[in-house]
Amino acid sequence: MNLVTFFLHHQGEIWQAVLEHVWLVGATMFLAVAIGVPLGILVARRPWLSKPILGSANIAETIPSLALFGFLLPVPWIGGRADRLAITALTLYALLPIIRNTSAGIAGVDPAVRESARAMGMTERQILFQVELPLSLSTVLAGVRIATVLTIGVATIAAAVGAGGLGEFIFRGLAMVNDQLILAGAIPAAMLAIAADLGIGLLEQRLRPVR
Amino acid sequence: MSDQANREVAIEFLHATFEIPGRPALLRDVTLSVKRGETLVLLGRSGAGKTTALKLINRLLETTRGEVRVEGRSTTEWDAIALRRHIGYVVQEIGLFPHFTVEQNIALVPRLERWAEDRIRARVREMLVLTGLDPEKFLERYPHQLSGGQRQRVGVARALAADPPILLMDEPFGALDPLTRGELQQEFQMLQKRLGKTIVIVTHDVGEALLLGTRIGLIESGELAGVYTPKEFLRSQQSVAAAYVAQFRAYEQLEGGA
Repeated sequence: MNLVTFFLHHQGEIWQAVLEHVWLVGATMFLAVAIGVPLGILVARRPWLSKPILGSANIAETIPSLALFGFLLPVPWIGGRADRLAITALTLYALLPIIRNTSAGIAGVDPAVRESARAMGMTERQILFQVELPLSLSTVLAGVRIATVLTIGVATIAAAVGAGGLGEFIFRGLAMVNDQLILAGAIPAAMLAIAADLGIGLLEQRLRPVR
Repeated sequence: MSDQANREVAIEFLHATFEIPGRPALLRDVTLSVKRGETLVLLGRSGAGKTTALKLINRLLETTRGEVRVEGRSTTEWDAIALRRHIGYVVQEIGLFPHFTVEQNIALVPRLERWAEDRIRARVREMLVLTGLDPEKFLERYPHQLSGGQRQRVGVARALAADPPILLMDEPFGALDPLTRGELQQEFQMLQKRLGKTIVIVTHDVGEALLLGTRIGLIESGELAGVYTPKEFLRSQQSVAAAYVAQFRAYEQLEGGA
């Protein structure tokens, strides 16, 4: 009962934090898709680039998030504002699943289909946009889903550099040893993650190529 | 060769060789011409080089020595995209785009060529009727909702949609059950007569070769072992041709004895 009253009492602040959180995650995913999908295509086209690109994305993934925020702090422009800093770090984390799934999706397109596309006189560009990407869309989306869920979680740490979001409550709660405050951050974050997982999962299923 | 003769030749292999470095050549020194309006069947075992020969025609592969000429021009002088849109291509049923409806599959090349939409619509219906499919029933279906025979018909419709003068077919009826295969082969024979296209068919089925071919090019381990009319083929003393014919006759005898 206590928790419910607490939530009702701090409704305004919680909604505010949810919006901030959604903004951080949304901006991150926009960038991660805009960078990750082209890189994934590149990896599928030029297998020799797979090691350096996937390797770098892998390394980014292994850097502890607090440390990554720290590393980026001195970088000009990026380190200048908390949300830029947070979004840059979060984007680096989100890249790996998107690159990997894009390249796997494209590599998984039936070679017979690709060859018949070439034989019909489609250009490389037309094959990419009309055949390969549509056929790998559900695999790409699976990567976006994993990355989004991951980002929603890691974004709570962005509060440590002052970027706001649901992490604010968690850090405040930790400092004040107040469970209710921690839950005020953790529960909405978990719900966001579940909603994103289900929503993108549904989209993914609808776009799965029929066989 | 005179200009007159040139105009009668649609496709010409001139000492065409295709090899991947470090491996035995997939196709060696093939010289062969396909006349306008004829159906040449390339017959041979799996891996003999038939498909390689076919892919040299629309430049899915390029000769490593010699050349292939289409309508008097070497394939490497053609713009690859223009060349391929000039040549219809039918593969086994798997070549259809799984995410495209029948309509979209058939309309593919006309759309790439930017035909007007109403012309495309009329053409797609015409192609479906031509290949024996009811447009009302099939336009909106996806390949996975079709039987193997229906998919193959759509494949032929797609290849013919932009009315290319040349048609290449790689084992077009290979994946079908024998009854459907027979039906399609017969229908295809009618279509052949009606359309007068230059056609090259790859097959390992000697019956199909004899039924559909104006001439039969026998390919054995990457080399052209001979070119025969069906009648010549049946009488040929060449060992591989004779082996094929013997196998074919075995069926006939079974029929006669029953």
